Amino acid sequence: MNLLTVENLTVTLATGSGDAQAVRNLSFNVGHGEILGIAGESGSGKTMTALSMLGLLPYKGKASGSIKFDGREILASTKREYRDIRGKEIAMIFQDPMTSLHPMLTVEVQLTEHLRHHRKVSKAAARNSALELLATVKIPEPASALSAHPSQFSGGMRQRIAIAMALACEPKLLIADEPTTALDVTVQAGILKLLHQLRKDRNLSVMVITHDLGVLSSLTDRIMIMYAGSEVESGATSDLLQNPRHPYTKGLIAALPGNSEVNSKNLLSIDGMPPELGNFPSGCAFHTRCKFAKASCKETVPEVLNLSSDHRIFCPVNPFSELSNSGSK
Amino acid sequence: MKEILNLKNVAVEYDRHGRKVRAVAGVDLTLNSGEILGLVGESGCGKSTLGKAIVGILRPITGEIVFDRQKVKKLTRGKRPEHFRNLQMVFQDPYGSLNPRRKIGVQIADGLIVAGMSKKLALVKAADLLEKVGLPRNAVDRFAHQFSGGQRQRISIARALAASPTAIIADEPISALDTSSQAQVANLLVNLVDEFDMGMVFISHDLSIVRRISDRVAVMYLGKIVEVGTVDQIWNNPSHPYTRALISAIPHADGTSFMPKDLPGDVPNPMSPPSGCRFHPRCPLAKAECASNEPELRKLADGRDVSCVLQTAGSQPVTITLN
Repeated sequence: MNLLTVENLTVTLATGSGDAQAVRNLSFNVGHGEILGIAGESGSGKTMTALSMLGLLPYKGKASGSIKFDGREILASTKREYRDIRGKEIAMIFQDPMTSLHPMLTVEVQLTEHLRHHRKVSKAAARNSALELLATVKIPEPASALSAHPSQFSGGMRQRIAIAMALACEPKLLIADEPTTALDVTVQAGILKLLHQLRKDRNLSVMVITHDLGVLSSLTDRIMIMYAGSEVESGATSDLLQNPRHPYTKGLIAALPGNSEVNSKNLLSIDGMPPELGNFPSGCAFHTRCKFAKASCKETVPEVLNLSSDHRIFCPVNPFSELSNSGSK
Repeated sequence: MKEILNLKNVAVEYDRHGRKVRAVAGVDLTLNSGEILGLVGESGCGKSTLGKAIVGILRPITGEIVFDRQKVKKLTRGKRPEHFRNLQMVFQDPYGSLNPRRKIGVQIADGLIVAGMSKKLALVKAADLLEKVGLPRNAVDRFAHQFSGGQRQRISIARALAASPTAIIADEPISALDTSSQAQVANLLVNLVDEFDMGMVFISHDLSIVRRISDRVAVMYLGKIVEVGTVDQIWNNPSHPYTRALISAIPHADGTSFMPKDLPGDVPNPMSPPSGCRFHPRCPLAKAECASNEPELRKLADGRDVSCVLQTAGSQPVTITLN
């Protein structure tokens, strides 16, 4: 059974011009020890999906549908119930470790807070756990790191501390929202390695949100691509990246600098811009930028099309079906 | 191909609570017209500082920067010398670099008006420039907040173009943009460099984009250039261990679960840079001498410059492998 099963999740946010749906009818799941990647451009609803799992939607934000975690429904939880879920069952790390750590508190205070709250352990026991956590995330000299403040660490080390904080109460699911976007590639590689290790050692499930397909390629087992609040394609990482079938995924992959034509400095790009919240086009939201769009795409919201047991797209046109069939023969 | 920009032994210092921080510690670099020079390195290596010094926002403490045969001086409150109008900069943050309360057209026209054009004509020219960067002409009457990040960056580029530049310093011009806008803005820059035969220094931490659009690449570490060469030289056969480490750390988006290699340790504090070769504390191939002798840039047989004791001047590059 899956650790996390999300069905028909819809997130409605209050904007200046009325309510707008940021996430629309999203269904996906995360298995035990699985790393799922969610990719999409800004405004595609990736972060709102994650926040709805922790009951952290912005003011007046509403979520409907179903989120089953470890066998129980958590979407309708009360504030108090969410407090027990956050940190203990599901933990989250954010893009910018400088703003997610408190600048005035020592690492020790921030690392032991969860333990003291959720586990009611003594100060000394919490301190010992904190030392172990810092060693797990490979912070050099954990003992002196405990009494230091976040500003005394580099970006990569801060992200490691944030991960240690998230792991304090041994959550089953870690949500990582752009965990390496603010970091240099050399440091990013270290964080990717660490997340891999944690999954292996602790059978941790991870949901990674990023726009960086390179990061997803090296980290995830499966990928879901989002556009304008909806899923457009999902599948096993190698399958999806090597054989993308939705026009948007195809465009995203073609736009990668490494994939443009050799001997040309120009990158392939998808014309137009991602739509803004509250202005999502009707039918298939991508139809305005899709060169394969038919008249019906403007009217009808696409149904799921299963290509295999673990690869599906939301595109009735399916323009690359013949191409890939002939390719595989 | 004509040399448009020449840097000799440029060093820039900041003052941090009375202590000197040498962010750029002696850089030699040239830029030719019609060329994109990628400037890469980890954050804190001094690449943005160098960019600012080139256009005169910061004053180097030693060395000289020559643009089109004249020495660049620091900008003052007074009028910028006519000659340097052709040296322009595009910044990373398209939200911070445009005035939110002035119309786009007026902001682009500023440069033209200062250069002596009538206001009316300047606004027409501004609309031309907006068209050039792929925006509608009527954008002149709108404000910055009405545009997306990618469009704002186009506006910043149009504003730089107003001065008919022969060289542009672009500091992370696409880092703040979405994937699809990144490709669009990068293509725009490439085409403009081509069309106007400009030179461009493209400062970026995104090595894959640098690889795609640059002609030459300069790799910077802790205030110094460690390797400069053509894109092919740098990518196919990096001759400095740091360049090799940077390239090995890039993830491949090909679905083959390739695991990028990390480079342990952090960029050292520029307040107290390591002795000898600045990279030696993190270098897996460091020898004893690296801790004491600072390697000079040396020219290899294939024309690239590198500062590493493993390479010998005038010889073919030795292949660098890290485990």
